[in-house]
Amino acid sequence: MGTQSRTQAIIVNGTLLILVIIWSIPTLGLFVSSFRDRFDIQVSGWWTVFPHREWQTVTTLDPQELGLDPQGEMTVEGVTGTFEELREGIQSGDVRVTWVGNRRLGRIEVQQQSWAVNWNFTLDNYREVIGGVDREVTFPDGTVQVVPGQDMSQAFLNSFAVTIPSTVIPILIAAFAAYGFAWMNFPGRRTFFIMIVALLVVPLQIALVPILMDYNRLGLNGTFLAIWLAHTGFGLALATYLLFGYISTLPREMLESAFIDGASHFTVFTRLILPLSVPALASFAIFQFLWVWNDYLVALVFLGVDPTYKVLTQRLADLTGTYGQSWHLLTAGAFVTMVLPLAVFIGLQRYFVRGLMAGSVKG
Amino acid sequence: MAQLDTPIEERDISAGARFIAWLGRIFLAAIIPLIAFLVIYAGFIFLRDSDAPRWVITIIAIIWGVGGIALLYWVFNGIVERLPDEWTLRLQPFVFVGPAIAILLWYLTLPVYRTFWLSLFDRDGFPGDFTVFNPLTWPAAIQSESFVGVTNYVAIFTERLLQESFRNNLMWIVFGSTMSVVTGLFVAWLADRSKFERVSKSLIFLPMAISFVGASVIWNFMYEVRPIDAPQIGVFNAIVVALGGQPQLWDKWVAIAPWNNLFLILIVIWLQTGFSMVLFSAALKGIPEEIIEASRVDGATEIQIFFRIMIPSIMATIITVWTTIVIFTLKIFDIVWVMTGGQFGTHVIATQFYRQSFTARNSGFGSAIAIILLLTVIPVLIYNLRQFREGEAF
Repeated sequence: MGTQSRTQAIIVNGTLLILVIIWSIPTLGLFVSSFRDRFDIQVSGWWTVFPHREWQTVTTLDPQELGLDPQGEMTVEGVTGTFEELREGIQSGDVRVTWVGNRRLGRIEVQQQSWAVNWNFTLDNYREVIGGVDREVTFPDGTVQVVPGQDMSQAFLNSFAVTIPSTVIPILIAAFAAYGFAWMNFPGRRTFFIMIVALLVVPLQIALVPILMDYNRLGLNGTFLAIWLAHTGFGLALATYLLFGYISTLPREMLESAFIDGASHFTVFTRLILPLSVPALASFAIFQFLWVWNDYLVALVFLGVDPTYKVLTQRLADLTGTYGQSWHLLTAGAFVTMVLPLAVFIGLQRYFVRGLMAGSVKG
Repeated sequence: MAQLDTPIEERDISAGARFIAWLGRIFLAAIIPLIAFLVIYAGFIFLRDSDAPRWVITIIAIIWGVGGIALLYWVFNGIVERLPDEWTLRLQPFVFVGPAIAILLWYLTLPVYRTFWLSLFDRDGFPGDFTVFNPLTWPAAIQSESFVGVTNYVAIFTERLLQESFRNNLMWIVFGSTMSVVTGLFVAWLADRSKFERVSKSLIFLPMAISFVGASVIWNFMYEVRPIDAPQIGVFNAIVVALGGQPQLWDKWVAIAPWNNLFLILIVIWLQTGFSMVLFSAALKGIPEEIIEASRVDGATEIQIFFRIMIPSIMATIITVWTTIVIFTLKIFDIVWVMTGGQFGTHVIATQFYRQSFTARNSGFGSAIAIILLLTVIPVLIYNLRQFREGEAF
């Protein structure tokens, strides 16, 4: 290892580090802000939680006591300037002199730079977002107001109720179909499989209006069943395609020996194929889970406007519409929607990557 | 094998009796899934109207739904297995693939056709007295007042807002997918030669787990703007102000339109780089080490190796990743809808589709947009089918 490869390693790792930092900043900012006091978020950047140099007032002086004339030049604490200049702050050495307030009743602050951290952390934002109970909040001007809670725990439950069946049902149906395509013979087998390959890239927008019309006729609108079936329909082509790719490569001899022992297709499928396909099933399950949990459009169309059935993404989108500037709510709310997919993602990343590689085209 | 154990009595009874027995079994086979669906459906209506605690309803609903579907297969298969063996052989494949085909037909194949019909009508849609599936009613439907022919399609290509959407989608495709591919490839290449490969790849990949709505909140916060004399709390404006600039509106910055779209596209690059990185990383590792070593010995620089050897060897992956992200950016909806709602010149095809179909309730116009969206993915669809035929997986 010469100096050349060491320089190279430094360049590679340094560039990588910069990229990783850039990629992490957005999420980190959200995460840090969600724990900051609601008023702090509004007046200082989230990066002030890290040690930084900050001007801090050492002494406060009354200009009237000092006999200063705000109309002309003033000399105070060793600096000279007009009112306008002092308003901006005049720096001399490591001291800054600033006029705070208006011309008549203002005061003069002598400030010095020192290290500071903004560590005023709280869980109140989460209480407000999840709890759903009204809370009293004291504002900086001293007034006390009651703020309504956002009750995202309800939406969290709804997201669960939507996501779990929307993940399990397509896997079940697709596994049966993949087995059928791989190991059974029937008229139309090739045609139907070509249909599945073609449907992989068909945008789901094409289906929303007709399906909504059917749901209206069946009275299914706004029910979980409606959205389960919709996610099943939109995820099924990919699921069948992926699982077919796996199930069709299982060794033929194994199945044949099972048939010789008198097993039916159903038994072979449930006792032999399903257990063997667990890695493929898990890969698709994670893929579909993240897809459904993070979906916004399908929920928006089929779950509708009834707040009792809204899922997390809908609630969060509502929050951005209604409380677009309330960053303490938005950051905590966004993190609530992200916590489960992040946990799944970090815990099961290997399976997820495998699923991603197997079929990277989703309609 | 299966034919050997055909029950004797089945062969002895008369052809008529057998026919009736089959008819009954087929009838049963058809009616039982229907009953199962109705029971699940009734359970749902009951659950929806009950006032039990929400989490109880949620759990029951999950068990009910998943269990119901599993039960359906079990019952259906049980019936078919009790049929004479030749019928079992004939029908059992449809127990396995039938539900999937039926659902795909209902949810994706037929909607293509139905949406096309809808796109030929005005906001009232295909007249309710007729049905799209009965050719005998088509002439009457076409003569009805709501039939407008290709008017919706003409409108798509002439209306200013739609043209703006096409332009924006083009920007999404050109910048979004290209940048995702380029940065993904670059990161994969860097990580491959670093000791910190695992952790750095995980961190770049992490945004993949975040929903578009969540990402929109994250980036709204990045782009947050404050009055000029107040401290900036958004990263972008804090940097700009610290460098002596003026705070900007970024994605809502109309003065630089259409380039404000780039600040929305940036979000998708942030989200999708991880995806392309993972696929490229695997592809790069698949290149035989000997080839790279040999060219190093021949005196090729790392950059030459990258462009002359690595890129050509992973070309197939590059095309796959690029088309995937192109399809994905064509359908981009959530980010635009949550960030700007399509204002400030940021509408795309999918937001126009949503606005026309569900906000403006003009299903005819909305459907025409959906058909255009479908047409744009047809080249990829044909490419996929050709690959499938060449591969002969069947």
